[in-house]
Amino acid sequence: MATQQTRVAGRLLVAPSVILLFLWMIVPLAMTLYFSTLRYSLLDSDNVSFVFLQNYGYFLSDPNFFSALVNTLVLVGSVLVISVVGGILVALLMDQPIFGQSFVRLMVIAPFFVMPTVSALVWKNLLMNPVSGLFAWIAHSLGLPAIDWFTNWPMLSVILIVSWQWLPFASLILLTALQSFDEEQKEAATLDGAGAIPFFFYLVLPHIARAITVVILIETIFLLSVFAEILVTTAGGPGVATTNIAFLVYKQALLNFDVGGASAGGIVAVVLANIVAIFLMRIVGKNLES
Amino acid sequence: MGSIELKSVRKSFGAVDVINGVNLTIPDGAFTVFVGPSGCGKSTLLRLIAGLEDTSSGQILIDGKDATNIGPAQRGLAMVFQSYALYPHMSVRGNIAFALKMAKQPVDVIDQKVKRAAGILNLTDYLDRKPRQLSGGQRQRVAIGRAIVREPKAFLFDEPLSNLDAALRVQMRLEIGDLHHSLKTTMIYVTHDQVEAMTMADQIVVLDRGAVAQVGSPLELYNKPNGLFVARFIGSPTMNIVTGPSADKRGAATIGIRPEHLQLSKTSGEWSARVRIAEHLGSDTFVYVEGEGVGPMTVRAEGEAELKPGERVFLTPIEDRLHKFDKDGKRIGA
Repeated sequence: MATQQTRVAGRLLVAPSVILLFLWMIVPLAMTLYFSTLRYSLLDSDNVSFVFLQNYGYFLSDPNFFSALVNTLVLVGSVLVISVVGGILVALLMDQPIFGQSFVRLMVIAPFFVMPTVSALVWKNLLMNPVSGLFAWIAHSLGLPAIDWFTNWPMLSVILIVSWQWLPFASLILLTALQSFDEEQKEAATLDGAGAIPFFFYLVLPHIARAITVVILIETIFLLSVFAEILVTTAGGPGVATTNIAFLVYKQALLNFDVGGASAGGIVAVVLANIVAIFLMRIVGKNLES
Repeated sequence: MGSIELKSVRKSFGAVDVINGVNLTIPDGAFTVFVGPSGCGKSTLLRLIAGLEDTSSGQILIDGKDATNIGPAQRGLAMVFQSYALYPHMSVRGNIAFALKMAKQPVDVIDQKVKRAAGILNLTDYLDRKPRQLSGGQRQRVAIGRAIVREPKAFLFDEPLSNLDAALRVQMRLEIGDLHHSLKTTMIYVTHDQVEAMTMADQIVVLDRGAVAQVGSPLELYNKPNGLFVARFIGSPTMNIVTGPSADKRGAATIGIRPEHLQLSKTSGEWSARVRIAEHLGSDTFVYVEGEGVGPMTVRAEGEAELKPGERVFLTPIEDRLHKFDKDGKRIGA
């Protein structure tokens, strides 16, 4: 146990970085809170006045807000399901001894290194384009009509693009979890007569549960604020079909020039993210204990 | 029923032959111990019997039926692993019941069998605990329980006691022995510890570099080792090995004499030696000496022999307890 003296010294020594980190977080948050209580439009920047919670009232009663909330949850939920289920399957495949294993692993991880804007552009112009895209070509080759992805299936398109980006992350984390599975346990299960499917559900899945939890928590944090993919592909449309909270805040601030309203939206997004986080921790957080 | 027969079983990993043609019969109900130094292939042999490795050639018969190409689960054998390999997120009950659940047995039958196994192994109070909440000995018992409920034709133990401390090891040794007496099921037990082999086995199989060196009851191996390897391996402290004139005189290339079959005298004897150290264990004293012309030797002396390091002593072997070996290390005579 540390003595009184070393404890004080320790606190003094970590204090500068703790204070810096605290300021780093609290100053922008405080400023956003402050702006969110102002009537502050860039079109009318001389006329700034304190309006208290009016901006929140406008933002929350905006009919687009509710649809943006639903869109956010649909996007996060779908991508989580696709990337976790797909990630488990890919990880199971990568765990098999195959020729060129390290190369295959590298290629599987690759999409994670592509910038969101770039990958969205690639998907938009090379794959999903109804005239020149690869998917359209495949459809034509099979004698089917091409699908205009971003017009007819805008949300699905965005989900596919974001899932493609996050699948490698999930696969990689789950692969490391799979690799730590005890060989003797596998043999014991074989002797106990467990076939491949019971083996997976009774032994492998509980073993990687903690890694799945980590994947879900980390992905949720990033997926709540998906922005670049939407901006590049659909710009939130058609209508508000793919507008999530982050994109709604952007529209408020930079398309409507309403700093106060956007700040209020940002604070609402923070609160929502925290609510989601609390629920997540309740549901999956117990896996992280012990 | 649970007799196992191996017919010229071979196993190679690439160019390396791990098992070189083993012929072996394990009678029904016997407690057989595979023993040998590390790398002798004893674990591989056990895994071949279990079906966790494929044989390169040869046959494995279980109850007279060819089981060489049958999957591990269908062989009807149960294995206890060195690391126990308990399923960490299942309770003790879940662990023991797992094989029965996989065999789709009715719930009440499973429950009854788990209860009975837990009763035999004193685990009844721990059925709802997770493996990490158990001590080493308890985990060991869960691993055995998992094997018992399957009512296997034979139990296979792969160095099951090596993770336990010395006191617990002795206790578990007794428990496994008791279990064998009450279940009367064939058991095959792998260990590198010849004390475990001597104390538990009905039949010991000594393995040396992938081949069977000798098979026999513990006392047979102790009293009549068929070669130098077995002579050195069985017995603690190890047998004293002497070459040179003393061996020539008796018509052998090498002679061996166990520490308890040497007579120690301070006045006269065949070999003269200096005491290096004397270990007083109370009931016995092990005296380590440096023999002149015969090298280091160990003598087991009665009770509390008063010997000091550097003291001159004389040693004489008891003639009819001598083991003689020819130049290939084979036993001469009966």
